[in-house]
Amino acid sequence: MTAPLLSVRDLRVEFDTRDGIVPVIQNLSFDLRAGGTLGIVGESGCGKSMTALAVMGLVPGPMGRIAGGSIRLDGEDLVTAGEPRLRQVRGNEISMVFQEPMTSLNPVFTVGDQIGETVRVHQGLSRREAMNRAVEMLRAVGIPAPEKRVHEYPHQLSGGMRQRVMIAMALACRPRVLIADEPTTALDVTVQAQIFDLLQDLQAETGTAIILITHDMGAIAELAERVIVMYAGRKVEDGPVDEILGQPLHPYTKGLIRCVPHLEADPPAERRELMEIPGVVPGLSQLGGSGCPFAPRCSERRAECNAMPVEKAGAGDHSVACWAVPEATS
Amino acid sequence: MTKEPLLQVRDLKVHFKLGKRGMFGEPSVVHAVDGVSFDVAPGTTFGVVGESGSGKTTSALAVMRLVEATGGSVMLGDTDVLQLRGEALRMARRRMQIIFQDPYSSLNPRVRAGAIVREPLELLDVGSPAEWDERVAELFRLVGLRPEQRALFPHQFSGGQRQRIGIARALATNPEVIVCDEPVSALDVAIQAQILNLLRRLQTELGLTYLFISHDLGVVQHMCDEIAVMYLGQIVERADRISLFRQPLHPYTWALLSAVPSAAPSAKGRRSRVRLQGDPPSPIDLPPGCRFAGRCPFAEDRCRQSDPPLRAIRPGHLVACHLVSEDGRAPHMEAIEA
Repeated sequence: MTAPLLSVRDLRVEFDTRDGIVPVIQNLSFDLRAGGTLGIVGESGCGKSMTALAVMGLVPGPMGRIAGGSIRLDGEDLVTAGEPRLRQVRGNEISMVFQEPMTSLNPVFTVGDQIGETVRVHQGLSRREAMNRAVEMLRAVGIPAPEKRVHEYPHQLSGGMRQRVMIAMALACRPRVLIADEPTTALDVTVQAQIFDLLQDLQAETGTAIILITHDMGAIAELAERVIVMYAGRKVEDGPVDEILGQPLHPYTKGLIRCVPHLEADPPAERRELMEIPGVVPGLSQLGGSGCPFAPRCSERRAECNAMPVEKAGAGDHSVACWAVPEATS
Repeated sequence: MTKEPLLQVRDLKVHFKLGKRGMFGEPSVVHAVDGVSFDVAPGTTFGVVGESGSGKTTSALAVMRLVEATGGSVMLGDTDVLQLRGEALRMARRRMQIIFQDPYSSLNPRVRAGAIVREPLELLDVGSPAEWDERVAELFRLVGLRPEQRALFPHQFSGGQRQRIGIARALATNPEVIVCDEPVSALDVAIQAQILNLLRRLQTELGLTYLFISHDLGVVQHMCDEIAVMYLGQIVERADRISLFRQPLHPYTWALLSAVPSAAPSAKGRRSRVRLQGDPPSPIDLPPGCRFAGRCPFAEDRCRQSDPPLRAIRPGHLVACHLVSEDGRAPHMEAIEA
């Protein structure tokens, strides 16, 4: 295997709160190969979006900071890189598609200006060239009549089109890594399917690696090749998508998959109760304890869970952090 | 269905007038709900699915008289809810209640949880004031909250707990029908199961009848006994849950089902997929013919000329599509087999 494009090791992100310093991400490591797709799943408040912000160098300061670990893009550590270098990387080599396309587009600039801004800043294109690139990008993401649309404002577009504009913007500089943070949660299911196809087509064309952040296991199955499951700022399970969905090991992963009523082509007449994960995700002040953070909600809790579980390798390159999973399961 | 329906909706219409276009223009009309009919048997769940703008929520609000209907009738037992006025309408509200989508904005942040749940009892004169406290405590237990939590304010609860408060409020007057308008779509995945299980348990225990609005087909499949698929203000297909998902007849239903990403690894890449192009058209000034024709991969000339009626292909399975044959052959079935 060749060296990964993006390699995160032992990442730790801390926040200052009224109750002292809180680690919102701990011991997070993962690799992303060029052209690959990594899914990150978990409930809200599990550190998924914070991971994305850390990779982008956008952890909100001064109360938040990357307190340890490394984020290497092609060997270059972004944690120790200065702000001027990060400005070159952001939007150029690593770019991001945000969740809510209405609030992340600027309502007073045309979509052409907004797509063009990235290439003007990073590639020094002139206004006219940038506008041409914007038209080209809008065409690439499947917006009809791009020459006309490029002069329109975000409010003139539908939700699906706005998300396409966001993707066009993120891809304008042909980034090597695209982070998509819940890119379709605000969209209808038929439009979501169009966006997924678009991401896959663009990835096949440009070789961009994608980090897909979502809580939807269906989206993961559709797009990702590897998945990491996060809980309370930690990675609890990591593996190829078919294994995570087919043979989940961590009780949290099992719960996440079974608590959702999945659409079946041939539904049984008898309907079972859905599996519940009791309770809620721990709040900020409850992070940083010494035991397994999932233990209070876990059905397989045991005495060892008062200590932090270590990451165990399962079959193949599937790993899990749970005391209840026997060593080297196959 | 052998039982008499509890709720009978006939030809329900909700039109909104927009301003005139220009000084001499005709005022344009949004056909949000355009002739919707269905029956709900007591103790069952009737689901309405569709994308945003399909009119599913407006239909539910019109049934609840929270939006004024332009035409049609809504029979709750022997009463036409749409004809009620004043005191009679207020009293009918005891019989039907609603659970809203967003548990954050549908609870008054300045009122304690107990008072929120007690409010329908006060407003609709249910029981005597002496009984209210005990009734509220009972409702709290029923939805899985502790009675001592009555004194807390909404912000002190999690999203799932807030939705439980909303459910307790809807149950307060002992209603027969509860409209659930996207009751779990604002909740975290792991919390959705808690609420869905609670709703089904309450239905069994209290014999409730649900009108269940959702865009999530997995949730609808799990919760509903009968389902209507809406597109631009009209029902395009209606069937029991087994027939609808096993054998969708309308091309839109088929497209909707195939657009849902499957989490089952075995199904990956093997599903026949169809991708609809574009977004649903605006419900203002609709073109003649089938409303789905513009996005339908099988549309023919007749689809653009005449409106397909909703007709029964089998008992209980209705579809509004010119291209479905009398013996239940749908155009997409040939596409799958080919």
